[in-house]
Amino acid sequence: MNALLDSLVEIIRRTSAEIPDDVQRAILAGLEAEKKGTIAESAMKIIERNITLAKQKSQPICQDTGSVLFHVNAPVGFDQMMFEETARQAVTRATVSGYLRQNSVNSLTGVNDGTNVGPGAPSIHFHQHREPHLEIRLILKGGGCENVGAQYSLPNEKLKANRDLDGCRRVILDAVLQAQGKGCGPGILGVCIGGDRATGYEFSKHQFLRFIEDRNPQPELDALEQDILKTANELGIGPMGFGGKTTLLGVKIGAVNRVPASFFVSVSYMCWAYRRQGVRLGSGGEIAQWLY
Amino acid sequence: MIPLTAPFTEEKMRSLRVGDAVAISGVLFTGRDAVHKYLHEGGALPAGVTLLDGIIYHCGPVVLKDEKGDWKVTAAGPTTSIREEPYQGQIIRQFGLRGVIGKGGMGERTLQACKENGCVYLHAIGGAAQVLADCVTRVLNVYFLEEFGSPEAIWVLEVKDFPSVVTMDSHGRSLHQEVFAHSQAELAKHL
Repeated sequence: MNALLDSLVEIIRRTSAEIPDDVQRAILAGLEAEKKGTIAESAMKIIERNITLAKQKSQPICQDTGSVLFHVNAPVGFDQMMFEETARQAVTRATVSGYLRQNSVNSLTGVNDGTNVGPGAPSIHFHQHREPHLEIRLILKGGGCENVGAQYSLPNEKLKANRDLDGCRRVILDAVLQAQGKGCGPGILGVCIGGDRATGYEFSKHQFLRFIEDRNPQPELDALEQDILKTANELGIGPMGFGGKTTLLGVKIGAVNRVPASFFVSVSYMCWAYRRQGVRLGSGGEIAQWLY
Repeated sequence: MIPLTAPFTEEKMRSLRVGDAVAISGVLFTGRDAVHKYLHEGGALPAGVTLLDGIIYHCGPVVLKDEKGDWKVTAAGPTTSIREEPYQGQIIRQFGLRGVIGKGGMGERTLQACKENGCVYLHAIGGAAQVLADCVTRVLNVYFLEEFGSPEAIWVLEVKDFPSVVTMDSHGRSLHQEVFAHSQAELAKHL
């Protein structure tokens, strides 16, 4: 399966070095929106130059190449163990090539063995689909933005957040306020309403697989997404928290069922360096089509 | 942009104000979580390293060896600074730091240490790893590579025209405190 290995290394390279087109459009719109001559505008200009430079040099957009999160849609009967083994090889190879930083640390000993492979690394989510081909999506999520994610249990008295959509709105906006520029804004929110403490965060990250310009098919969630985007951009936090107009580039919200006793709202924050790519593979394991 | 060139004297640092965009030329020492914890717990700097009038950069770069065996920085943006808040003030005082580069800003204790010691906090653009790596002209040395691993090591970097913004100055002003207070008040109007 050398073709699969080569394809996986290429997906990692491109995810690390090239921002997807939808994100780039949103960043350019953010640059246009900032007042000329401000430090917010100058931050957006550096961001834009960085995107161009990373692609030209085929080097990481951000030195924190993040958690390596694969989402795989595979046909029935696909050998997942073979995929996992090949993905580990690909991650090791991409690290040697400098597409990934030596970024995986043993949590008990503090040892970084430089391979990026270990318990839980890389992370791979498999889903079956009734198609004959393999679809692989990859997100590289840096630690700075991961650290400003937040999970709220409703009701939250301090934020006057009840178990309804207004309560969800209040806690999501609180997450934006608390994050300020620390998650490398302008950011993108992935939110899950419901679930448990683990699945809530998991589904919040699935939202990052959506296109930044898409609209939520559920009208009440679509309205909430648009409202939070607009409100967040009126808070004046701005790029890097320097003050300015562009605090968020997008908001994506999903809802899953919960048990009656729990009402979690899980907010994941993605930095402007929104590294997400995807491919459909051909029958020989070669890249047939890029998805973003 | 205001050129900020070594030596980083107290006078130069005290002349900087919140909102100033500066282009730094000189030597930076990278140091992040492991280095700050180590120094805070009484660890010694490696022989030959002094942070007096120095600038520490919260950064874990990607560094590769080129075909000649020389280090080459290929990505070098800032990491989140607030994690070093428990340690930074003491390190500024003890080692005589004049500048801290990072992202996201720091808290009251660091601001106080900046005021007392003529030190400033310089905000680099988070995620701009290529633009900032391009400003690194040379890797002068590396320490603690084995002990802490590459991202956590002390890399001694010579930089030219490294762009950053003063967001905490030596006169007690913090842009981060101001933006937080403003955005909190704005949010209250929207709830």
